[in-house]
Amino acid sequence: MLQAFGDAIALLQALDRDVLAIAALSVRVSLLAVTFACLVGLPLGALVAVTAFPGRQAAIAVLNALMGLPAVVVGLVVYLLLSRSGPLGAWGLLFTPTAMVMAQTVLVTPLIAALTRQIVEDADRELGEQLRSLRLGLWRRATTLLYDARFSLVVAILAAFGRAISEVGAVLVVGGNIAGHTRTMTTAISLETQKGDLPLALALGLVLIGIVIAINALASGLRLYAMRAYG
Amino acid sequence: MDALRRGFISLLLANLIAGPAVAQSQKFITVASTTSTEQSGLFKHLLPRFTEKTGIEVKVVALGTGQALDVGRRGDADVVFVHDKAAEEKFVAEGFGVQRHEVMYNDFVIVGPKSDPAKAAGRDVVEALRKIAAAKAPFVSRGDRSGTHAAELRYWKEGSVDVSPVRGEWYKEIGQGMGPALNTAAAQNAYVLTDRGTWLSFKNRGDLTVLVEGDQRLFNQYGVMLVNPARHPHVKVVEGRAFIDWLVSPEGQKAIADYKIEGEQLFFPNAAGAGRS
Repeated sequence: MLQAFGDAIALLQALDRDVLAIAALSVRVSLLAVTFACLVGLPLGALVAVTAFPGRQAAIAVLNALMGLPAVVVGLVVYLLLSRSGPLGAWGLLFTPTAMVMAQTVLVTPLIAALTRQIVEDADRELGEQLRSLRLGLWRRATTLLYDARFSLVVAILAAFGRAISEVGAVLVVGGNIAGHTRTMTTAISLETQKGDLPLALALGLVLIGIVIAINALASGLRLYAMRAYG
Repeated sequence: MDALRRGFISLLLANLIAGPAVAQSQKFITVASTTSTEQSGLFKHLLPRFTEKTGIEVKVVALGTGQALDVGRRGDADVVFVHDKAAEEKFVAEGFGVQRHEVMYNDFVIVGPKSDPAKAAGRDVVEALRKIAAAKAPFVSRGDRSGTHAAELRYWKEGSVDVSPVRGEWYKEIGQGMGPALNTAAAQNAYVLTDRGTWLSFKNRGDLTVLVEGDQRLFNQYGVMLVNPARHPHVKVVEGRAFIDWLVSPEGQKAIADYKIEGEQLFFPNAAGAGRS
């Protein structure tokens, strides 16, 4: 174990351009997926939070449960959709980075929507009466609360990014782990583990953790800065 | 903050749109192949040569033979390059593939703990499996419909050993690729059937060593097929054929023979008309 860690750290110093390209692809795919998931998940979560409709509790329960979607199953469903024999086969997107973005978007949208719903509902408890007295429409209330809770929502978005960049099941199935094309950090780690090259797998794992920490630190820094400036 | 966010999002969108556009300006084919060819490093050795000569990029999706054939059946690859003759012939007979070409062979070996508790070492693969079964020594099976799994099941059948009642006892089906099977066997000091290529490039060997090799029946033939364009019209016929033609050409065959790990040749070219067939 210690031996493997030592080897891994030695390998880190010799990181080549291939690894950097793989890391860049991982970050690019997951950032895009989280971006699209935010476009859908933030408004959806906020609307569920401020709207009363029949079956709302059941809808919330389903939304929360979808946070636990198995990545492999999401991958499989997107695979069947994008396969040449599937309904979207004509697009020819299977085994491309775009397919991986689609799968990860499906994976993390419920996560963002569910966390947003909770955060906005909590904000609504504080501000809701005021907003209602202003006779704002649903949409205005939702966006106002989203803005009000923006600093808490950063954590939800980071959680989604963490889930996206660390998952292996979905990107492996729809991306195919093609060298130089759809190989990400997680599929590369899985491949090296399979080849029995544990030190290299561990080195790649350390790189991935480093990336995740760096991005989280960046987001936290921005958040602190923004809180001081606008809070 | 809003302007910043908008700028960031448009940047990301531009990135996404530009990504596929760049990829599509090049000629490429998708090849469904096996973990043994990918994980042994053969493709890393072959593909740059082919791409340099033809300008065609080859994207390899490495799966078990059964899965790779399924990817071909669904039309998600242009070429299938695998090792299970019976399944390949069925694939072509059913009209999913155009024509099967033999490319190369390597061989299977049984690896196991150096102490060899079942006394399985020798030349006869069927006899070795009988001894392993008699000793109830742990044996790891791929269990994933791969070419190696199909071969293993054939050997058990030849030895009239029924492994279905001992599943989960000494016979362990893991449902994964060759690498994970070797990792599992190394961790549990178990016997396992592997292709020699993956074994030679495998690094986490633990106490395992080659015990059974050299049996005629351990011969492992690789074949390549174009996915039938009559069934899947988007199949890149010209580029796919170019890849197949190159593999069986003297140049491709030599490139295969040249691939060595620590001085040991992994695959032996045997396309029709290029030496032994």
